[in-house]
Amino acid sequence: MMEAQALHLIESLLSFFGLWEMLRGFIEPVWPAVWIVLKIVAIIVPLMLGVAYYTLAERKVLGFMQVRPGPNRVGWWGLMQPIADGVKLLCKEVIVPTGANKFLFIAAPALALAPALAAWAVIPFDDGLILADVNAGLLYLLAMTSLGVYGIIIAGWASNSKYAFLGSLRSAAQIVSYELAMGFALVCVLLAAQSMNLGEIVRGQQGAYGMFGWYWIPLFPMFVVYFIAGVAETNRAPFDMAEGESEIVAGFHVEYSGMGFALFFLAEYANMILIAALTSVMFMGGWLNPFHGWPLLGALTDGIPGLIWMLGKMFIFMFMFLWLRATFPRYRYDQLMRLGWKVFIPLTLVWVVVVAAWMQTPYWLW
Amino acid sequence: MKYLINLFKSLLLLELFKGMTVTGKYFFARHVTVQYPEEKTPQSFRFRGLHAQRRYPNGEERCIACKLCEAVCPALAIKIEVAEREDGSRRTTQYDIDLTKCIFCGFCEESCPVDAIVETRIYEYHGENRGDLYYTKPMLLAMGDKYEEQIAMDRAADAKYR
Repeated sequence: MMEAQALHLIESLLSFFGLWEMLRGFIEPVWPAVWIVLKIVAIIVPLMLGVAYYTLAERKVLGFMQVRPGPNRVGWWGLMQPIADGVKLLCKEVIVPTGANKFLFIAAPALALAPALAAWAVIPFDDGLILADVNAGLLYLLAMTSLGVYGIIIAGWASNSKYAFLGSLRSAAQIVSYELAMGFALVCVLLAAQSMNLGEIVRGQQGAYGMFGWYWIPLFPMFVVYFIAGVAETNRAPFDMAEGESEIVAGFHVEYSGMGFALFFLAEYANMILIAALTSVMFMGGWLNPFHGWPLLGALTDGIPGLIWMLGKMFIFMFMFLWLRATFPRYRYDQLMRLGWKVFIPLTLVWVVVVAAWMQTPYWLW
Repeated sequence: MKYLINLFKSLLLLELFKGMTVTGKYFFARHVTVQYPEEKTPQSFRFRGLHAQRRYPNGEERCIACKLCEAVCPALAIKIEVAEREDGSRRTTQYDIDLTKCIFCGFCEESCPVDAIVETRIYEYHGENRGDLYYTKPMLLAMGDKYEEQIAMDRAADAKYR
C-alpha cells in the first residue's frame, strides 16, 4: 500500500517537471528493487544510529551505576561522544599483523557485521511493518545469529596471535553450547505459536488480557533461558569470555584497529539490539499493547502505535544488557560450560515436553 | 530438602536479582565525581606541592645554607653550593631542586631551621622541555615572592599543631 503511494508520489513529482513519460520505462521495472532498498535503508540507518547511541548509553549507565557521570565532555551531556569515537576510529590506521592471513583478517569484521544486520530483515516492528514476511522467519534467525560466530572465529584465527586465537576458541565453544539452549527455547515458542513466521508469533500472543496473553507466562523459564543465552550469544558480560580483557587482553579483536575494530563493535551492539528485539517479539508480544483489554488503562493506551510499544520493550531489554554488565563478574570457563550444558539444556528439554503436554490439555489458555 | 530449596533459589535467580537491586539503587545515587578543571577538592594547609624559597619581610633571603634539607632529602633531589657573601654571611650560591626526582615528602621543609624552603599548594605545573622541572634558586625565590601571602597564612594555620 505504502509502496504504491510512494510510486505515485514519484510519478506526480516527475510529471510536474514533465519527465514522467520519459522516465517511466526506466523507473517502473526497477521500482520493486528500489522500494526494497529504501526499506533496507529505513531499517539500517536508525539501527546504526541506535548502535552508536547504545554505546553512549552503555557508558552512561555503567557510569551511573558506578556513581560517576560517564562521558560528559563531547557535546551537551556527552551526546556527541559516539560521533567523536566514530570519526576517531575512521581516521585510525588499519594495521595488519605480520603473518596474518590478510584476506581473512580483512573479511572477518564484515563477516561478523553482515549476519547481525541481515537478521533484521524478518523482525516485525508493527503489524505488517516487516521487510521480509517469510514463513521460515525463525529458522532464518537461528541461521543468521549462528553465522555471526564465524566472524569471531575467523578474526581470531587470521590474526596470528595467541590471545586472539584463544578468544576465538572460547567463543566457538560458548556459542555452540548456548545455541542449543537458545534453539530449544525457540522450539517452545514455535510449539505455542504453531508458526515460524515472526508476525504470526506475535499475533498468537494477542488476547483479551494484554500482557497476560503473552508467552512469557507459560514459557517463563524459556524466556529467562533465551535472554541469558542471548547475552552469552552476543559475548556480553558476564559471558564475555571471548574478550576477557583481564586474561586474554581483548580476545579475538586484539589485533584489530581503526575500522576493523569499529565493525566488530557495531556487530556486537547490533546483535545486542537484535536479541532485545527478538526477546520482545517471542515472549513480550512484539508490537502489542501490554494493557490491551484492561479496564481504563487499556482504553487509554490502545491508541499508541505498535512501533512505540515494540521500541519500548526493546529498550527495556537493552537496558537489561547494560544492567547485567554493570552487576556481574565474568563467568569462569567451566562454570559457563556447566550452565550451558547441565542447566539450560535439560531445563529447555523438559519445558519442551511440558509445553507440548500442556497444550493437549484444556488448561492451555494462550 | 535443603538441596531442593537451594535448587529453587538458584533457578529463580534470587541472588542475581539481589545483586541487580544493588546496582539498580546506585544507578540513582548521587555522583561522587569531581569535574576537575571546573571543580576542585578542598586542600589542606599542609598540602605539599611545588617548592618555594621564602624571604624575610625586609627582603633578605631566609636560607642560611645549613644543608640540612640536602642531607635529609631521601631522593637526593636537592643540590646546594655555599660561599661567604661580601657582608660575611653564609649564603647559597646554588640551590637546585630536581622536581623529577622529588617525592614531595616534605622532609626539607620539616628540617629547615629558618623556614626557608617550603612546599606550596601549587600542583598544576608542567614542563615542556627537558630541564623545565629543574628548579634553580632564582626560580624558587620567585615562587616564594609570588605566593608569600598564602605561604605565611598556611604556616600560621599549622603553627598551633606543632
